[in-house]
Amino acid sequence: MNSAVIVFPGSNCDRDIAVALEHVTGRKPAMVWHRDSELPAGTKFIALPGGFSYGDYLRSGAMAARSPIMRAVKDAAGRGVPVIGICNGFQVLTETGLLPGALMRNAGLSFVCRPVRLKVENSQSLFTAAYDSDEEVLFPVAHHDGNYQADAATLDRLEGEGRVAFRYQEEVNGSARNIAGILNDAGNVLGLMPHPERVIEPAHGGVDGRRLFEGLLETVA
Amino acid sequence: MKARVFITLKPGVLDPQGKAIHHALEGLGFSGVNDVRAGKLIELDLADGTDDASIEEMCRKLLANTVIENFRIERLQDA
Repeated sequence: MNSAVIVFPGSNCDRDIAVALEHVTGRKPAMVWHRDSELPAGTKFIALPGGFSYGDYLRSGAMAARSPIMRAVKDAAGRGVPVIGICNGFQVLTETGLLPGALMRNAGLSFVCRPVRLKVENSQSLFTAAYDSDEEVLFPVAHHDGNYQADAATLDRLEGEGRVAFRYQEEVNGSARNIAGILNDAGNVLGLMPHPERVIEPAHGGVDGRRLFEGLLETVA
Repeated sequence: MKARVFITLKPGVLDPQGKAIHHALEGLGFSGVNDVRAGKLIELDLADGTDDASIEEMCRKLLANTVIENFRIERLQDA
């Protein structure tokens, strides 16, 4: 599977996701700089990594969302290419408008950095097909702005359409309805605050994230 | 010409920062503060003749996230 990792100035999980993708797919992803305006031909999967793109200036993800490569990412997403945004990548996806809502400062105001329990709410998606429905998994989080908020109508729609992919099973950051990750309406864009790419091999202390990429590989390739 | 853009959280949107400031004020002994909301002020130095519509577009496209924020534009007197 040809995958691409978008690299913004200030991304710091780009290498983590690249290693995870290479591990699972057997191929090194293309690392695509934010100033590029095109994705490599034949890109079958796009990842927006965690980090602090542009130093979180203005709002987390706001500047990255307006960078040249994001136009190409939007087009690709519109054509159905799967896109995952992890942590800062999730913030970029909401700022781009590819996902609804916004990620605000954690309710407790502190940076939260620990493994958290999540429930796989939708195990039918491109990204979660290798999980059991309602399965509990342990992914690490590391963020300051992970407090997911949207208006009640949007939240109801997300819930009703099965677009809440992951839900926190403990209090983490004040997110509305404990939402940790959501899908777009077509189901090919996933944004989540926790880091599946950091639990890929036993040395990481867990392997719960591995199946996300394995499942994706199976459905996409 | 100069313009100021005030960006505030929409009513009803939780403001953890404002809450923390509120608590800190109370901790300092200031009573009678009912609520605190924190926002941003952005000062723009613009080419003369920039119209309101362009400033509004700047706000919608970048300066404010209209999912959670409102904005208000204040033109300063040309000095």
